[in-house]
Amino acid sequence: MSAAAILHLLIAFALAPLMTGVANRVKAGFAGRTGAPVLQPYYDLARLLRKGAVYSTTTTWVFRLGPCLGVAGAAAALVVAPWGGGRATLAFDGDLLFFAAALALARFGTILAALDTGSAFEGMGASREATFAALAEPSLLVGLLALARASGELSLSGIYHALTPGHLAAPGGVAVLLVAAAFGIVFLAENARLPVDDPNTHLELTMIHEAMALDHGGPDLALIHYGAALKFWALGTLVAGFVAPVHDGAWTALAAILGGMFLLSVAVGVAESVMARLRLAKVPNFLAAAFALSVLALLLSAHAKGGS
Amino acid sequence: MNLPLALVLLPAGAALAAFLTRADRPRRVLLVATAATHAALVIAGWARGATGDDAEAWLGLGPAELPFLAATSLLFLAASVYGAGYLAREAAAEHVDHEEGFLFQNTREAAFTGGLLLFLATMSLVAVSRHFGLLWVAVEATTLVSAPLIYFHRHHRSLEATWKYLLVCSVGIAFALLGNFFLAGALPRGASHVPMTQAVLAENAARMNPAWLKAAFVLLLVGYGTKMGLAPMHTWLPDAHSEAPSMVSALLSGALLNGALLAILRAHAVCVAAGLGDFSGGLLVFLGLVSMGVAAAFLIHQTDYKRMLAYSSVEHMGVMALGWGVGGAAAFGAGLHMMGHAFTKGMLFLAAGNLLAIWRSKQTSEVRGALRAAPASGALWLTGFLAISGLPPFGLFLSELRILQGLVAHARWTETALFLAFLAVVFVAMARVFLRMVFGEPSAKGETPLRLREPISAVLPPLALGLGALVLGVWIPSWIHSALQGMGLMLGGGR
Amino acid sequence: METFAEVLIILVVLTNLKLLGSSRATACIRTVAAQGVLLAALPLVTSGDAITLRMIAQALVSGTLKAFVLPFLLLRATRGARAGRELAPFVGYTTSILLGVALMPLALALGRKLGVTGPAGADLLAPAALFTLLVGLLIIVCRKQAVTLVVGYLAMENGIYAMGLAFAQREPLLVEMGILLDVFAAVFVMGLVARHIHREFDTLDTDRLSSLKG
Repeated sequence: MSAAAILHLLIAFALAPLMTGVANRVKAGFAGRTGAPVLQPYYDLARLLRKGAVYSTTTTWVFRLGPCLGVAGAAAALVVAPWGGGRATLAFDGDLLFFAAALALARFGTILAALDTGSAFEGMGASREATFAALAEPSLLVGLLALARASGELSLSGIYHALTPGHLAAPGGVAVLLVAAAFGIVFLAENARLPVDDPNTHLELTMIHEAMALDHGGPDLALIHYGAALKFWALGTLVAGFVAPVHDGAWTALAAILGGMFLLSVAVGVAESVMARLRLAKVPNFLAAAFALSVLALLLSAHAKGGS
Repeated sequence: MNLPLALVLLPAGAALAAFLTRADRPRRVLLVATAATHAALVIAGWARGATGDDAEAWLGLGPAELPFLAATSLLFLAASVYGAGYLAREAAAEHVDHEEGFLFQNTREAAFTGGLLLFLATMSLVAVSRHFGLLWVAVEATTLVSAPLIYFHRHHRSLEATWKYLLVCSVGIAFALLGNFFLAGALPRGASHVPMTQAVLAENAARMNPAWLKAAFVLLLVGYGTKMGLAPMHTWLPDAHSEAPSMVSALLSGALLNGALLAILRAHAVCVAAGLGDFSGGLLVFLGLVSMGVAAAFLIHQTDYKRMLAYSSVEHMGVMALGWGVGGAAAFGAGLHMMGHAFTKGMLFLAAGNLLAIWRSKQTSEVRGALRAAPASGALWLTGFLAISGLPPFGLFLSELRILQGLVAHARWTETALFLAFLAVVFVAMARVFLRMVFGEPSAKGETPLRLREPISAVLPPLALGLGALVLGVWIPSWIHSALQGMGLMLGGGR
Repeated sequence: METFAEVLIILVVLTNLKLLGSSRATACIRTVAAQGVLLAALPLVTSGDAITLRMIAQALVSGTLKAFVLPFLLLRATRGARAGRELAPFVGYTTSILLGVALMPLALALGRKLGVTGPAGADLLAPAALFTLLVGLLIIVCRKQAVTLVVGYLAMENGIYAMGLAFAQREPLLVEMGILLDVFAAVFVMGLVARHIHREFDTLDTDRLSSLKG
């Protein structure tokens, strides 16, 4: 475990909320507003942490556990998330499953906490979150599997290390592009971004992710927001790894991944400014497309390797 | 100019003229005259003997094509005479639907006549095509030209029938195209550029990849079998036959279905040449029996007499598939059956058209006492029943007997038992309907139009077709006999 | 060139998924048109230097037909109809996509079993062709709108065309033009009938066509 590896983890913990700020700033620019400062997410977190929390009498310890699990799961995923040139803080065979499972655990905690309130809106949000996740998660896993098949590696770091521009020209290289597209969709869906979910909505009926956090306040809400930011970063590295496959020294790689994440936030901001939200009934369709792309990529990479 | 090409181009040219002719009467004359010329050319061709012995020729007129083409051409002649009279009677601008009472219009007569002639052209092309690719083009073309014919009466039921016909058959025929590609894929590497004619493929058959050839035959059987009305791909058939004008139904049953059969047989012949005759023949026998069984089931308690005739066509297509699949004497019988069925079913549909014009209902329960209310059509209807059931002295009796002979000669006892059982069920089911319609006092609805609308143009054609069916039963001229035997040999019946 | 062919083939597969997922008839028509163009361009890409004038002519004819003529005919049939959206297909769009996903490995396994290598760089052509064929069938089975059914038929036809390419099968020019003519005529007639269906029932849904039974 090199110093750079530890550093990356620390940078991720420190800079994760910034990404939301960047995206919001870009959106504001598109709308012709000045917008909140880029650091606004930090101010929000600080404000929330200073407040006390109010707990409904119907809730149990599950409600308080949820936000902690959310942060813990996302942080665990970050540990194996590859960055620049495919180096993660920790890498072991099969860590791609660990990655997906950690994120699932985070989601599980948030959903349980939402259900624990017994509120109709939170239950609805939880139900939608679970439905969409059930479609998004297979896409992620199958996509990772396709990459693993193409590279012959079983760890996220190994997979992303094998991604080189030359790889695209090889037979089955198109599969990598398909996975990138699928991950893009998964990224938007898992982070509750347009066109799946609108982070700005104030109408509970149309909320998905936000609806689950309606009853949380103070430090709990801060944890939920922070957990979401970490998740954005963790999944973001998977997408940015395609955009910035740098293999030189550790420090260039670090710069590359930071640049990649920054670009990704800007891209999300731009996309959210120009896209309309899908009707809820259409979202499964969108996610099914991601799944189809992943399966196609898996078949292609398996075919190119000559196995079956 | 060579004869096969002339047989295609003559009706095609006449169709163009029909589209452009404004006056009704000359157009009707054109229709009948073209049909008569076509029939005369076919008979002249038969008298002259086989042409196009060149294995690579795309078109040809030999023993495999002549009986089929003659049946088509003569049936078309009868249908066109009937049709000229029918069109004159249907010339009114608006008509009242018999079943639901709404007003509807007919397709323009010029378009309909042109469509009929184009149908003859494409059917002739199907008959004379020995090249598998061209054959596919021709069979698909028959679907497209005949679809507007089914939609002659423009109302929602015929529209539904047309849509189903178009979609089911087009999808089926698409499979046949895939089958053609597989057939080409079955050729050995070096021979992949030989012309895809039946004779050339049969020459190369021994060197073809058997697995591919089998796959090709299955696809072609499913594809053309849809068009031929083999169960379970027959779903379009009853709808189209019941909603189309009667002479179009007659043409569909007597010509179109046979054309698809011919296409299947060409593939069967290649399989036989490759030593896969048991495989392709077995499939034909199986689908034939399934068709007979399904048709028998639907014939029981059938309430619509045009649908009844349609299911009877499914049954007879099954008989033919069975006969060709068994081979030997049965193949000769199946060839004879093809001609006999074309005449008999044509006669029945035309007679059904007369009954429909008088009673204004396709329900079997509405029509009673046909022999008294409409003596000529009633008699034709009864005779047609006897003929279609395979009673002596009609042609279908002889052909079914030959098929039975073939079955027994090959000691295929299960098939024999099923064949006889299905024939018996069909006979009983149809007898119940026919006899009630023909005998007894004319029903209430039948009394009102006792104007006896039985013009000569509506009686003569079915009568002529009935005579044809009778001739095939009592006296098969030697030239027909030898042609049918040649047909059996060429189309893989000589096993 | 090989990668380029591969990209074209994968795009064909993606158009199939798009067909399964879109509810708008017009979107389906455009997608199947794009699919036709991709397939028309494919032989030019795979044959490398051995391009003949005939191949270019064929690609042009087939491309023009599938890119302009057929979509025009179909779009004309949808005009004025409330054909924008199919609200209640027999099988939902997400389910259709998932069914399509299930068909992919099937097509791949079948295509490999056939052992058709296809032209260079296009060893995936046979599976892709089978997939297109199956998707066309799936659409015909799962949808109700007349125009969408025709789109399914066209997808099937595209699949068969692609299969022909995979066999590197050169039909005589006359036959190939005949096949194209038949496809054109089929779409023309089906488009006409679809318009009549619309006029008769004020909808393009074919589940209104259900009075003939037995």
